[in-house]
Amino acid sequence: MGSNRRYIFLGLWLVFLMLPIYWLLMMSLKTNQEILSTFSLWPQNLTVDNYVKIFTDATWYPGYINSTLYVVLNVVISLTVALPAAYAFSRYKFLGDKHLFFWLLTNIMAPPAVFLLPFFELYNSVGLYDTHIAVALAHTLFTVPLAVWILEGFMSGVPKEIDETAYLDGYSWPRFFLTIFLPLIRSGVGVTAFFCFMFSWVELLIARTITSTEAKPIAVTMTRTVGASGLDWGLLATAGVLTLVPGALVIWFVRKHIARGFALGRV
Amino acid sequence: MDKREYQWAWLMVLPVVLVVAFSAIMPLMTVVNYSLQDIFGPDSRFFVGTEWFKEVLRDPALHGALFRQIIFSGAVLLIQIPLGIALALCLPKKGPWVSVSLVLLALPLLVPWNVVGTIWQVFARPDVGLAGVFLNSIGLDYNYTGDAIDAWVTVLIMDVWHWTSLVILLCYAGLQAIPDAFYQAARIDGASRWAVFRYIELPKLKGVLLIAILLRFIFSFRIYAEPFVLTGGGPGNATTFLSQRLTTMAVGQFDLGPAAAFSLIYFLIILLFSYVFYLTILNMDREG
Repeated sequence: MGSNRRYIFLGLWLVFLMLPIYWLLMMSLKTNQEILSTFSLWPQNLTVDNYVKIFTDATWYPGYINSTLYVVLNVVISLTVALPAAYAFSRYKFLGDKHLFFWLLTNIMAPPAVFLLPFFELYNSVGLYDTHIAVALAHTLFTVPLAVWILEGFMSGVPKEIDETAYLDGYSWPRFFLTIFLPLIRSGVGVTAFFCFMFSWVELLIARTITSTEAKPIAVTMTRTVGASGLDWGLLATAGVLTLVPGALVIWFVRKHIARGFALGRV
Repeated sequence: MDKREYQWAWLMVLPVVLVVAFSAIMPLMTVVNYSLQDIFGPDSRFFVGTEWFKEVLRDPALHGALFRQIIFSGAVLLIQIPLGIALALCLPKKGPWVSVSLVLLALPLLVPWNVVGTIWQVFARPDVGLAGVFLNSIGLDYNYTGDAIDAWVTVLIMDVWHWTSLVILLCYAGLQAIPDAFYQAARIDGASRWAVFRYIELPKLKGVLLIAILLRFIFSFRIYAEPFVLTGGGPGNATTFLSQRLTTMAVGQFDLGPAAAFSLIYFLIILLFSYVFYLTILNMDREG
């Protein structure tokens, strides 16, 4: 495959990826009437009314704050518990290690539909219903196994001689782990944090089930644009565009880590 | 890699086990409970044994949903895995365009799942959506709300749009881990592009490919929000996949028992498939 043809193929793919997002962006800048009645590649009457509406209406804020809060909590919890576990899996053999690893993975597989009610009952009974920590904990079901999996790959790429030398030099395990090992797999941690962020940010079913008002995610707040006169498409699109912003910011900040992290590990 | 045997490693794994077990074990037990009981209210439950399992195994609506689900997941894997590998091979290895491409690729993955459905709902509309208008203008009679095949293809393309990036990112990571020496050796031997792919890149990609296949299989098998928002499962039942059928049973009709019984069967199907894959990964690690 010639180098030019490769880039044309890649370019076409990126255009395909961006088209629906472009359409969402344009919808957010059109009036409802224009969205539903005419086909136009860009807004004929450009309007930022929808953005003004969301930014000036304080009832829109909590959704974004709630989602951000529980996602951040989830990333922190996932990384904290997954780092030592991934180290154990990458360095040691212990009783039942392979079975334990598979059990972790099985938690990604449970179909959400019927598990929602038990989730509700569980968090209700321990008094965590409608809190950010509940959503963060529920999302660890799939972020933690992924985090362990990805981190284990990065850690296995670090030669074991480094550990042994550090122990010979009299480092304790926590000190070695925090001051020597962690900086070595920094990019891996970045990639892992990105994946945890991603899966927690986009998940909606579980988040919706175990919250009502105090910790309600933005993706649910959005559904209130359904009014008496039908769907307010412009407003819905604007809220949608705004749900992309945090994600886009996160990727922008970790982009170097991701590129570098991918070069290091086998993920 | 030879690992040292060290039972105290369990202490390092313990936090993960506790955190995950907290959310995992009780709900699973509750679902098993539902599947064995007939529940009329909090205080009137009857043990029905395997009655629900027998019932759901005879339910034609569930068979239909399961059949569509298997075809859908099969199509997802057949399209996304080769496409993902091909695009990963097209990505530049270094330079400023790496970051730009990665950022753009990752964007669809970060769209909340119901927003994905919302975007495509308008994007594919035959009267005002870009894709719909384009397809009709080149002479195709395309209408995803009326035609079963169009709806099906739209859900599939939406999924390709949404998830192929995950395969690309994973494969790209795998490709980056191949040392340059391998390529130099191949050049000296005068290997063709295909031979390089077949004998150097593909074997090295096996590990990440299995992860990609597993994740894509699991997530496509559990798909819910995107087709629900896009087509509502219609027209007719054309795009009603398993999760949606189960939600209708559990929430809509409050048939908890059969829904739970079927979730367990559903769970076992995913588990079985994944276990076979997991064993394959383990065996390859042993060989490699």
